[in-house]
Amino acid sequence: MKVKIDSKSCQGHGRCYDLAPGLFGDDEEGYGRVLGDGTVPPGQEQNARLTAANCPEQAIELVEGLR
Amino acid sequence: MTSDRWATDFSHLDPEWASDPYPIQDDLRERCPIAHTQRFGGAWLPTLYEDIAEIAYDTEHFSSRAIIVSDFRPPRDLAPAGGSPPITSDPPFHRDARKLLLPAFTKAAASKQEPATMELCHSLIDAFEGQDIVDAARDYAQHIPMRVIAGILGFPPEDAPRFREFVKNTLEGVSRPREERLTRMSALFHYLRAQVQDHLSTPREDLTTYLVNAELDGRKLDPPHVVGTMALLLIAGIDTTWSAIGASLWHLAKNPEDRRRLVGDPGLLPTAIEEFLRAYAPVTMARLVKQDMHWHGAAMKADDWILLSYPAANRDPAQFDRADEVIIDRAVNRHAAFGLGIHRCLGSHLARMELQAALGAWLARYPEFTLADPAAVTWAAGQVRGPRSLPLRVTPTMTVP
Repeated sequence: MKVKIDSKSCQGHGRCYDLAPGLFGDDEEGYGRVLGDGTVPPGQEQNARLTAANCPEQAIELVEGLR
Repeated sequence: MTSDRWATDFSHLDPEWASDPYPIQDDLRERCPIAHTQRFGGAWLPTLYEDIAEIAYDTEHFSSRAIIVSDFRPPRDLAPAGGSPPITSDPPFHRDARKLLLPAFTKAAASKQEPATMELCHSLIDAFEGQDIVDAARDYAQHIPMRVIAGILGFPPEDAPRFREFVKNTLEGVSRPREERLTRMSALFHYLRAQVQDHLSTPREDLTTYLVNAELDGRKLDPPHVVGTMALLLIAGIDTTWSAIGASLWHLAKNPEDRRRLVGDPGLLPTAIEEFLRAYAPVTMARLVKQDMHWHGAAMKADDWILLSYPAANRDPAQFDRADEVIIDRAVNRHAAFGLGIHRCLGSHLARMELQAALGAWLARYPEFTLADPAAVTWAAGQVRGPRSLPLRVTPTMTVP
């Protein structure tokens, strides 16, 4: 699984980097960014799904099946 | 006000709305999802999450030129900046005006204020020693955002009580005569201009100094832009967080199971805070309709208000399971308490930090508390809703380490 952020939708609410600081960080203006290439380490899939489900702007995309 | 009148003649200034708006909003959502009133020169009240979100995202048809509903609409030539950029700004001006402020309001910037905020919360509680009853809205919640925002702007902390009057006039005084409002508002702008002068002659490390030196397109900001933004930060930063802290404590005073659970498991607090923000979202925004149009069956006229009720969106059962229940470990919580789209609350990270400090300190010092007198609890009417008087009967922990 991989996570992606649609930067056109992200408004910097920060739910992703609050809930999954291992997967997401923020830039100098507070917008979310994916750490590394966005690959979700094994065992963190549920956490990744939680960030997508909590993003108020629905800016997080989960790409299933990739490792 | 009868049920029918809420659909055709609503007022968010009505005491019934102030004391409990949720049954009214739930009823409207089912019967008349875009309510209307002739008051305020014409206003609409959508209550479905999807309608509220659509309007928040649609800056083509809805303007932010004014965001506090009253009988008065500011002149159209105030656009694109509006009186208090960037909250009153529309695209494309909005983007750069907001960009200037974003770095000062990141999560990291808010975290830097956390130790001092925690200390402030504990010192407020220290001052309650010997009291069995504490007004948690007036004597606790109120002071936390006032002091935090005064610190960020670099205003003297002893001026904080004056901010209360400024805020009250702006947000709760909307039904007063316009001339009286203007006189009161001029006191705020007089204060802010004096602060600008003081910071020009004695620059320091704070947001006021930053704003007076900031540039857009290679030019310093116009003085009305600087003062308008300062007014925004002062007003938007205080009532909102004060309300959120107060409403959370009100809930915990009434729900001992939730209170005990958080006392026993403080790690759950961030999740619970999101649920308090969903269920008791303090802020209702507003927009102005740009042109006459039919929108989802409503015949909207240019300069009609839209009351953008994020609290109503947050209780839409189409969006949230058990929307009317407060579930402090709700894991999936896509609430809109901080708004949606380009005007997402600039201070949301600061607000979350303040909520964490305020509730964390309170629960550590007062693991037991109840409403001292439910009839004495009062709620602000208008677009920012929260307790303004909240007498709690408290039982302190025996010793403070």
